[in-house]
Amino acid sequence: MSDPRWSEALAHLPDYLGNHVRVSVAALALGLLISLPLAIIARNRPVLRGALLGLASIVQTVPGLALLALFYPLLLALTAVTAAWLGFSFSAFGFLPAVLALALYSMLPVLRNTITGLSGVDPAVLEAAEGVGMTPRQSLTMVELPLALPVMMAGIRTAAVWVIGTATLSTPIGQTSLGNYIFAGLQTQNWVFVLFGCFAAAVLALVVDQLLALIENGLRNRSRIRAALGGLGIAALIAATLVPALARPQARYVVGAKTFTEQYVLLALMAQRLQAAGLPTTTRAGLGSNVIFDALAAGDIDVYVDYSGTLWANQFHHSDIWPRAELLSELKSTLEKQDITLFGELGFENAYALVMPKTRADQLGIHSIADLASHAATMSIAGDYEFFSRPEWAGIQKAYGLAFRAQRTMQPDFMYAAVASGEVDVIAGYTSDGLIAKYDLVALADDRHAIPPYDAIVLLSPKRRDDEALKAALRPLLGKIGIAEMREANLRASGNDASSSPDAVARWLWEKVGGK
Amino acid sequence: MPATPLIAYAHVGKSFDNGRVVAVDDVSLDVAEGEFLAIVGGSGSGKTTLLRLANRLIEADRGQIAVEGEDVSRVDPILLRRRIGYVFQSGGLFPHLTVAGNIGITPRLLGWPQPEISARVDELLDLARLDRAQHRDRLPHELSGGQRQRVGVARALAAKPRIVLMDEPFGALDPLTRDALGDDYRTLHRKLGLTTVMITHDMTEALLLADRVAVMRGGRLLALGTAAELARNTDAYVGELLRTPRRHAERLGALLPRDASA
Repeated sequence: MSDPRWSEALAHLPDYLGNHVRVSVAALALGLLISLPLAIIARNRPVLRGALLGLASIVQTVPGLALLALFYPLLLALTAVTAAWLGFSFSAFGFLPAVLALALYSMLPVLRNTITGLSGVDPAVLEAAEGVGMTPRQSLTMVELPLALPVMMAGIRTAAVWVIGTATLSTPIGQTSLGNYIFAGLQTQNWVFVLFGCFAAAVLALVVDQLLALIENGLRNRSRIRAALGGLGIAALIAATLVPALARPQARYVVGAKTFTEQYVLLALMAQRLQAAGLPTTTRAGLGSNVIFDALAAGDIDVYVDYSGTLWANQFHHSDIWPRAELLSELKSTLEKQDITLFGELGFENAYALVMPKTRADQLGIHSIADLASHAATMSIAGDYEFFSRPEWAGIQKAYGLAFRAQRTMQPDFMYAAVASGEVDVIAGYTSDGLIAKYDLVALADDRHAIPPYDAIVLLSPKRRDDEALKAALRPLLGKIGIAEMREANLRASGNDASSSPDAVARWLWEKVGGK
Repeated sequence: MPATPLIAYAHVGKSFDNGRVVAVDDVSLDVAEGEFLAIVGGSGSGKTTLLRLANRLIEADRGQIAVEGEDVSRVDPILLRRRIGYVFQSGGLFPHLTVAGNIGITPRLLGWPQPEISARVDELLDLARLDRAQHRDRLPHELSGGQRQRVGVARALAAKPRIVLMDEPFGALDPLTRDALGDDYRTLHRKLGLTTVMITHDMTEALLLADRVAVMRGGRLLALGTAAELARNTDAYVGELLRTPRRHAERLGALLPRDASA
């Protein structure tokens, strides 16, 4: 326990746990609000019942991560509509999409168990309810629901556990949760964080499940004390998570980061600079790369580091590749039209590169991508989750006529080990990655300039366009971080010990680039 | 017989499955105030349907049914059911409510004040010969079959109805319990001035408890009368129904002579 990563993890707990509880409780409440009436309406309508259960089952088969990610563009489109027609907009980032997706996710167990519970009530008892003079509504509230309660509560408890578990996946759409530990931990190989996040989510799920069990037990045995204790427990949980949120000052600078090691280091670096300048700062790490730009444009985050080629190809859909300087200035003016400030370059480039073991490359006489083309048919290639769907990949294939035997998708940090061990022949790595040197790999030359330049650039949100305090705090970083420093920083951050936390590496990097 | 019957069926018909199954076929039947009528018939004879038409648990297709002089089709069925007691086969108690909760249900639906309901529950526990202290807060599954049915009877009587409908109330009980319950109910019927219609498939029970017996078969009312009147009926089915009680009476008469010295 002397490992400082434990105390670092613990320091994040009030924020992560609080957000996790809030988003889970809101989602579950919304899910119940929708599912319970639907189940009651559908219980005597076989067609509707079948349709509802079918729909809920389909939702359940959509992976949680995809469901959460889908709500982001959906809400983004919706907010554009409301802004145009009704004159107001809302944030499509973080809380709202997470709550909606998780609520949808909670519906199946609640719907199924409520319908099963209600249809399991003895027909003789229903007849008696009618016979003693109950209206259909009285029969429902005085007889059917109380009798179905144990089965319904079992469904609600299942839903609660699912929602709390799945809420860890809301990190990439900008909702802070216990998933922040897991995503950050996986990216920076900080297993302490991964374990901590899993453990915290499991404990939370168990606690909520037991509190719900207490309420159920109280209702079933008509013990007001037990039901009240359970309700009080849930209320206390919510209240406890609200306190730090209320105490926190509202106007904060939000620094964002995508989902890979370098981004975590740069996030820590920028956050440290802002804090050193006395600016209150929060961070939103682990954002999906399609989410983060829109989040900045919408003002949900204030600053993050992107790469010129990524914006060029993915955000603005250019398929032609311009020289480095022209591309940057064109990008700058395009961004200005959206009121986004391209504040400056950090100094290094993190380009995609086709990477393979140096010894094997020498053996085969491969020095450039053009040399690779004749061998590709017998080789396999691995890339990160987005590489093969990015326009750059299409560009490379076209420019060099590449056709590999097989292509695989991998977690970025595992790719290098995979290519070093011969698991795959080539990977689409990143030029700033420290693992290239560590595993004695080589990045193949791109003689035909199929891969655009990827200068690391600092972007500011519209509302921070003229924020001199922010700019002053970040200016010392511009142009100071060379490829060698970034590579070493990334290598350090991929280690698995206390000195490899993004914060520690960011401090090292700051000293290295001339800070004091 | 008094001029206005408390329940009057006039040419009542009811069929199910779009007319494929005729449950009740042109039945006319009057039940006088204070009368105890038993309806006897095999399964599928239409006796249960006939009973349920009276409080509109089932709606009639044809004919008219009047309860306390009012055409039931013009009365709110919910209010109608609250003023008619109904005893279900094997109790039909609400498993999540205590004995007191079950007995007090109709008064509660009628909006009686709580102290009044509570007093009424105690009164009914006494009437149904259940021990107040011992049974009041029990749940139905903690009771014996006989006790459950006593609660069922108490529940039917809770809102002080003039009419009680009973659907094979004692069918599932052992003979001794059944006998005791039947006698106790018969006493209540007389003491409270109730009008009772009871369904049973057991002719002996019908003859022993009821003032008159109606015999149903295939949805039709085959015979109606006192025990003596039925005995004179020439219909073969009625004769067959009476054969068992007769034979039992003869056998028992022979087996248990009045001056038995054993």
